[in-house]
Amino acid sequence: MSGLAIAGLTVRFGRTVAVDDVTLAVPTGEVLALVGASGCGKSTLLRAVAGLLVADSGTISWDDVSLDRIPTHQRDVGLMFQDHALFSHRSVEENIGFGLKMAGVESAQRRQRVNELLELVGLDGFGPRSVEGLSGGEAQRVALARALAPEPKMLLLDEPLASLDRARRVELNAELARLLRELNQTAIYVTHDQEEAFALADRIGVMDQGRLLRTGTPAEVWRDPRTELVARFVGHEVIIERAGKRFAVRSDAVTAAPVAPPADETTNQNQARDLNQAVGRNQSAEIVGTVVASTFQGDRHELTIYALEQSWRVFAVEPMAVGAMVELIIDETKLAQLHS
Amino acid sequence: MKHLRGGGFALVPAVFVGVFFAYPIATLLARGLGIDASRLFDVVTGTRFLKTIWFTTWQAFASTMLTALVAMPLTWAVANRSFRGRRVARVLVTVPFVLPTIVVAGAFIAVMDSVGLEAGALRSRHTIWAILAAHVFFNIAVFVRTVGGFWTQLDRRPEEAARTLGASPLRTFREVTLPRLWPSIAAALTVVFLFCFTSFAIILRLGGLGRASIETEIFRYAISLNDISTAAALSMVQMVAVVALVGLNGWLQGRLKGRQGLVVDRGLPSTSARQRISLGVIVFGTAVLLAVPLVVLIERSFSHGDGYSFGNYAALTDRVRLLPISALRALGNSLTFAVAAAGIALLIGGLASLAIVHGSRGVSRLLDLGMLLPLGTSAVTLGFGVLIALDRGVLDLRGSWWIVPITQSLIAIPFVVRGVVPVLRAIDPKLRDAASTLGASPLVVRREIDLRIGSRALANGVGFAFAISLGEFGATSFVGRQPDTLTVPLAINRLLATPGDLLRGQAMALSVILMIVTTLVVLIGDRLHPSSGGML
Amino acid sequence: MKKNTRIARILTAILALSLIAAACGGSDDTAELEIGSASTETTTANTDEPTAAPVQVSADEPDAPVIGFADEGCPTLTLATYDSFVVSEGLFKIFTDDTCIEVEQVAAGDAGQLVSSSILTKDNPTADVMFGIDNTFLQRGLDADLFLPYESALLASVDSVLQLDPEFRVTPMDYSDVCVNYWIDALPGAVPTTLDDLVDPVNEGQFVTENPETSSPGFAFLLATIAAYGEDGWEDYWRALVDNGLAVTPGWSEAYYGEFIAGGGDRSIVTSYASSPPAEVIFADPPVDSAPSGVLFDSCFRQVEFAGILAGTEFPSSSQQLIDFMLSAEFQEDIPLNMFVYPANGNAELPPEFVEYGVLADNPATLEPSEIEANRQDWIERWTEIVLG
Repeated sequence: MSGLAIAGLTVRFGRTVAVDDVTLAVPTGEVLALVGASGCGKSTLLRAVAGLLVADSGTISWDDVSLDRIPTHQRDVGLMFQDHALFSHRSVEENIGFGLKMAGVESAQRRQRVNELLELVGLDGFGPRSVEGLSGGEAQRVALARALAPEPKMLLLDEPLASLDRARRVELNAELARLLRELNQTAIYVTHDQEEAFALADRIGVMDQGRLLRTGTPAEVWRDPRTELVARFVGHEVIIERAGKRFAVRSDAVTAAPVAPPADETTNQNQARDLNQAVGRNQSAEIVGTVVASTFQGDRHELTIYALEQSWRVFAVEPMAVGAMVELIIDETKLAQLHS
Repeated sequence: MKHLRGGGFALVPAVFVGVFFAYPIATLLARGLGIDASRLFDVVTGTRFLKTIWFTTWQAFASTMLTALVAMPLTWAVANRSFRGRRVARVLVTVPFVLPTIVVAGAFIAVMDSVGLEAGALRSRHTIWAILAAHVFFNIAVFVRTVGGFWTQLDRRPEEAARTLGASPLRTFREVTLPRLWPSIAAALTVVFLFCFTSFAIILRLGGLGRASIETEIFRYAISLNDISTAAALSMVQMVAVVALVGLNGWLQGRLKGRQGLVVDRGLPSTSARQRISLGVIVFGTAVLLAVPLVVLIERSFSHGDGYSFGNYAALTDRVRLLPISALRALGNSLTFAVAAAGIALLIGGLASLAIVHGSRGVSRLLDLGMLLPLGTSAVTLGFGVLIALDRGVLDLRGSWWIVPITQSLIAIPFVVRGVVPVLRAIDPKLRDAASTLGASPLVVRREIDLRIGSRALANGVGFAFAISLGEFGATSFVGRQPDTLTVPLAINRLLATPGDLLRGQAMALSVILMIVTTLVVLIGDRLHPSSGGML
Repeated sequence: MKKNTRIARILTAILALSLIAAACGGSDDTAELEIGSASTETTTANTDEPTAAPVQVSADEPDAPVIGFADEGCPTLTLATYDSFVVSEGLFKIFTDDTCIEVEQVAAGDAGQLVSSSILTKDNPTADVMFGIDNTFLQRGLDADLFLPYESALLASVDSVLQLDPEFRVTPMDYSDVCVNYWIDALPGAVPTTLDDLVDPVNEGQFVTENPETSSPGFAFLLATIAAYGEDGWEDYWRALVDNGLAVTPGWSEAYYGEFIAGGGDRSIVTSYASSPPAEVIFADPPVDSAPSGVLFDSCFRQVEFAGILAGTEFPSSSQQLIDFMLSAEFQEDIPLNMFVYPANGNAELPPEFVEYGVLADNPATLEPSEIEANRQDWIERWTEIVLG
């Protein structure tokens, strides 16, 4: 197959297993987002692909040719870090042109390509500047340009937006997505932020403690997380039990309807409790909870509702008062069954 | 309070160097230059002296380059690889540094003898190679610890980026690592050069006759010919070299600066057999090079009677007739002096480093020069300057206990400064800004950021200061001392000045003890050093 | 920016002040000179009546009156010496017990450094009495007016040959000979007995000596050859030595421990001290019962060491008492085993090792101190040309 293929990759540091028997494929032109909590092994996997460390077992191949014996500088792989790691003693232009220089491209051609890239990342005219005075966002763009300049087969991005502020992140994320698509660049994008991943990935891989739990398109993974860990990661915060099986509740599966307030408080709470116990025993489909918070979002309200000892996030058109009792109505078809 | 942001730190070091160095030197020069200027002119422009300047300069240059070359592999290993014995390697490399030159010269001669390099035309004992080899032997520590210490704190990611951009390991080193390392390398080279430039005993003993350096000439004029004025003036020539060197260094460093990502320790364990082998070769090879003269020393210290025993060591507890106190007491003296000297170097060097990094360019340059000058000044000039300058009232420190560690620290302070300044300069100013916005006053910022991050380099420098003080001979012998403050190098020198195998054996034993003590102290110092906590 | 330029200005001021202070610091303290001249008068009076001042030194007569010594209270005297000056513990305490004068020592390098630094600090000396100026540097010290004259009564026990200064500005303390040594078992031919034997082809490549410019025994040997062959002949002698395979080292330890048999080298003849053979016995390891090396008497040059009262002292009278003590038999007997030289006081007993193994030349070479000082540089330059080329 054309593209990256990882088979049975295991990386150990002493007794810790950082990457545990991971098998993964990234076809040419695809952007794979590797997501997971910090320390789950995604960066390590990336470094193994780049050749910066040697795996204990397993193979990495490109276009069916094994990369095991090929050193980093011959793998034709681009790498971008969270904190840019630019060459501080060189100018922007020299940084971006570095890969080209290594490849022996002549300076006139280099300059041309550098300018192309500067335009691409929106930093026209930054060429002769020193990298010392750049802002975070500018530095990351230079880092991106630098990685892209030699037209690498594969681009590896290790949490490239993590050190930027929110506005920059959103902006750069969109640009990245656009760029990667435009260039038809094969890429692995590592992040712990689910939103970012969803925004630019063709496929997602979720990792936890070194193991690859689930791969699939964002839609697939979101709809069918299969495990609780993955479910929580993609944003399904609520897990309920039905008939002995466990289900993740998608945020589009729930609506809230107000319930008529009873005469007194204690009855209220008792009622809620009874009802919820009934639900637990599968005797009632009604789930009752209390509104804990309500956030106005322009075209809708985001409600945080406490029910079944969990925190539910539900969207409603009408506002609801904090403290009001609501009934949660679940669309059974939008529940995702969990297997573990 | 605002003053302490920058140049305010300069005050204490400036006063220290002013009183204990500038003032004595200036006094001596003023006394010297008033007399017979025409004779002085003749001397300085005479062919003998010009040849001397030439020789002194190029042997120092060659020694420095050779040191860098020999030290680089081990420096790389110690900075980039974590392996069992890494700590020990960093400590052991300091041992040659502390040995009195007379002992090392003797060991070198013995080695050359046993390898048969004495026959006829191959009299390597008195060639330039002996001098270079001895200089490398001594100064390897400066390189490995200063550059190695800095390197090990550099975050790896620029190099990793370069690798992915197609740079082979060698090219990565040349294009990325070397420029990053440059401030530290330049600092180490400067110090090594000055050390070799003012080298006295090695050139005297290993260079044979007819080979004179500026330092030996100063000695000759001051002592043999009692011509203080010429000696003082020649000292000025030496200082010109220092000033020029510092200027060069400043210029070189100015072109390549910039903050670096700093980490606690960039060393990684070897992951392949090939890596393990190359590491082994480097460490073992360098160890052998350094160990041979030391092993000769140790062997000699044990030879007692017809065989080997601890006899020489046991004898050290008694008072040898030739020494005013027992060797053990001399050791105690040396240690006490070393603690004092290291303490002074820590305080003054630390403050000076802060001032150099945070002060204005003028303050920074001036202070940098001021700190470095003592290293490039002849011990004769320093000692004599003290004698005639510090002779009244409160400043009459001649013959006092404190003048010894003070003069020793003057030589040690540059080591501290040169090691700490590159690290401090590499700190991202945003870190300090962040601390400020979090409510830290400028003083606290210095403590929490600069001190924390620079603490490893500081500990390094103080370790050097300690070693320098322990092995210091020149300045100590020139300033007047009370006899019961005899130090170990002076004792060794005395023991080797009288015939008798017993005395020689004891001198060797004392040298070995000096080696062991230094090793222990540096080892402990390394362990006590607080980590700067986390990636920066 | 403002505050930093201020700092820069302060620093420049400090530097400037140092320079100014240095320039002014050169001016002398005239007050001390007055004291100096006052005591000169007293001591000149003494020299007119050499028998007038009895010496209060021996512990046997604590009640004897102290005549002729001004009362300076119980001061602390500073004795300046070279680094290798060693006396047995408690010796100076005896002096203190007798006279209530405390003695503090200050060591300042080797003999040459001692003299140089004393001359340098003449106007504000670090000490009251100096011990260690020798005959090769004597003229230098005298020319610089370092000392206050004092004629000790104990000089009667000192051989007149050692009393090199007729004006008593310095007092002889000890002497030794610098002589060529040879290792008995390693000689290729007969035992050398004259200087000429050193240029004999049978001893080719056997002799090692030290550079007179940097080594005191080396210089002494050069003086011996000048004394022996005269101004016109010594250069030829050295040329002959060079032709006979002479080796030269910068210092004594390189010669003795580097080239000479004793240190593992392969030369059997070396310039060293008359006290070296006894030392070889005393410090032998393993012990030996006869000296392994011998002395070539024809080559010996007499080195005498002196003590003197420094002209700037505040306690001339106490200093005189110290000189007397150091010339006393008690002190003098302590010298040989500590410093490996012979005591100047003829009444002092020698330790048995010195008697048995020690050798002194009957007729060692000597040169006038003034002659040495006047020609020193010239001789060394000519020597350097001949030997080092």
